[in-house]
Amino acid sequence: MAKYDVDSEKLKRLEDYIDSIEQKEGALIGVLYKAQEIFGYLPKDVQLFIARKLKIPAAKVFGVTTFYSYFTMEPRGKHVINVCMGTACFVKGADKVLEELRKQLNITEGNMSPDGMFTVDSLRCVGACGLAPVVMVDGKVYGRVKVEDVKAILDEYREGGSTQ
Amino acid sequence: MINVTINDIKLKVPEGTTILDAAKMANINIPTLCHLNLHDIKMVNRTASCRVCLVEVEGRRNLAPACATECFEGMVIKTNTKRAIRARRTMVELLLSDHPTDCLVCEKNGNCDLQKIAADLGIRQIRFEGEQSTYEKDSSSGALYRNPDKCIMCRRCETMCNEVQTCSVYSAVDRGFETVVGPAFNLPMLDTQCTFCGQCVSVCPTAALTEVSYVQDVWNALHDPDKYVIVQTAPAIRVALGEEFGLKPGTIVTGKMVAALRRLGFKKVFDTDFAADVTIVEESKEFIDRLNGKGRLPILTSCCPSWVKFIEHQFPELLDIPSTCKSPHMMFGAIAKTYFAEKFNIPADKIVVVSVMPCIAKKYEIQREELKSDGVENVDYVITTREFAKMIREAGIDFTKLPDEDFDNPLGESTGASVIFGTTGGVIEAALRTAYEWVTGETLQDVEFHGVRGFEDGLKEATVKLKDMELKIGVAHGLGNARRLLEDIRDGKRFYHAIEIMACPGGCIDGGGQPYHHGNLEIVKARMNAIYEEDRRKPIRKSHENPAVIKLYQEYLGEYGGHKAHKILHTHYTPRETI
Repeated sequence: MAKYDVDSEKLKRLEDYIDSIEQKEGALIGVLYKAQEIFGYLPKDVQLFIARKLKIPAAKVFGVTTFYSYFTMEPRGKHVINVCMGTACFVKGADKVLEELRKQLNITEGNMSPDGMFTVDSLRCVGACGLAPVVMVDGKVYGRVKVEDVKAILDEYREGGSTQ
Repeated sequence: MINVTINDIKLKVPEGTTILDAAKMANINIPTLCHLNLHDIKMVNRTASCRVCLVEVEGRRNLAPACATECFEGMVIKTNTKRAIRARRTMVELLLSDHPTDCLVCEKNGNCDLQKIAADLGIRQIRFEGEQSTYEKDSSSGALYRNPDKCIMCRRCETMCNEVQTCSVYSAVDRGFETVVGPAFNLPMLDTQCTFCGQCVSVCPTAALTEVSYVQDVWNALHDPDKYVIVQTAPAIRVALGEEFGLKPGTIVTGKMVAALRRLGFKKVFDTDFAADVTIVEESKEFIDRLNGKGRLPILTSCCPSWVKFIEHQFPELLDIPSTCKSPHMMFGAIAKTYFAEKFNIPADKIVVVSVMPCIAKKYEIQREELKSDGVENVDYVITTREFAKMIREAGIDFTKLPDEDFDNPLGESTGASVIFGTTGGVIEAALRTAYEWVTGETLQDVEFHGVRGFEDGLKEATVKLKDMELKIGVAHGLGNARRLLEDIRDGKRFYHAIEIMACPGGCIDGGGQPYHHGNLEIVKARMNAIYEEDRRKPIRKSHENPAVIKLYQEYLGEYGGHKAHKILHTHYTPRETI
């Protein structure tokens, strides 16, 4: 078998999952979803493995991975921070909050902090415009966030992260 | 049959007919761009992505894309209303708003479908100014050039690669404005399973996919006083080159082609057909050896570099069945830099070998390590039929007025058997002409094997009687057909003694480097007829009777399939992964 440069135990879990699917045709999106759950992201070799396992072209797998914004080829931090960049949040200074987050986490390239604790990303309107600007951490919503609040929010997870 | 009315013309059409095809029956032209129907090779691109074929259908609120909308009973269609024409114009203007406007210096200038439609619709300015997408260009293979900036997302390349050639290199990547058609993981093409057949180039409407050009390198070599530049031309060039100069498809221009090459400054004008005759004697020897139990059957022809790369990626477990013969133009390169160099006392390192090929994969082939001698390429440059035509124009040669001239000797002498190498079925027919006589010791009464000929069937079978043995022959053209054949062989479902495979539908006459056919495969059929005509005109029609080939073995190579022949004329294959 070809060699894949990923965690072999996780790959085995993915393989078992794919083997458990009876109808493999049309299963690609579900498999990608599962793979991202296992690996946290979809590196090239995981996609290649899926392509060969499902007997579909790798180009097609890559096409689907890049089409849906849910799928990511970048590793993600332990905590995922999303800053809403919808119109309301944006005019209320979401961009400055995002900038502050990146600064405090020392992110210069990409979206992940060097210690692997946080990934900072932005998204479009979460439907909570009354609370603008909105920041979401692992699904928890923080409203009316000011630049000064950023440190306190991060500390919540830093402490939590270190005691977990 | 159902009744439809198009622009007040009433007609009956079979059920399932598209508006586009119905309009054609009524002699009405609807412009198309992404649409492509290559009926003969069963490829239809019906993505309806460009929307330039929009027409009005009575009772329908929105305009309908003619290429992808089927007629229904009583349908009333208007193709030339103000609304339809305006919508079509707008579609093209929108395409142009995200397309480089460097037509003057573009590779496809004069051959571009987008340029033509913009001209046909009378577009004189681009109303929409917006962001232009820019992507990395790719020439990693030295064969295929990808410039996604010029892609209009018609997806013809994808359909060709996935459905006809079954290599599945391309997919739409990303979404929205950022969408681009490209290989998995945005890899360089060299790192994919692309075989560089160039069929995507053949169907690309713009210059998003073209060949890597070596025209300037060839000019530089020709103008270098220290170099001795010789040229060889593949069999398929002589039946297609004329099209570039307005001659009817299928016009044989062998003599003028030779004259043109001489006027470009090549010291010797030789013929790949000579090397094709060498290939046949080597391959026939190998075939007969395998028939006698030395090696595995079937034997597969190995002239097509695209097909060779295909089997390396897709069937690595079958690498012991292709013949070990190099392709004819590589044999030529090896002979030129040994035998010819020694015979004419020219230092091999001064000789520059240029191949004029109908093919893009040959540009990749010459870089393969195992085909070099001590790290030096045996063929220095490959240019396509199209690039050759450009050189002729650039040099101011009036092609159609050229006299007919003959190839130089000794590497210019050839037989009818080698000419037919350029078409599907030709290589195996040439091999049969020689193998038959060598096995039976009898003279072949009729050298034509019609069972292996023809364009329409992607897979052909024939049985040939060799004394008391019945030889089963298989022929596949188009890589999808090759895949089906190889799967059956691998699974033991079919048995053949010998198989010929060519990557391009129709063979080299429809190669990725040939003049653009713009979707008209009748052109390819005309080239095929011309190839067989050229064969009939040749006084000698069997490779083993080529006097120059016989002399080559007497003076230099020794026995057919002997030690020296093996060293110079044979190769080996490498299993490769599929991405």
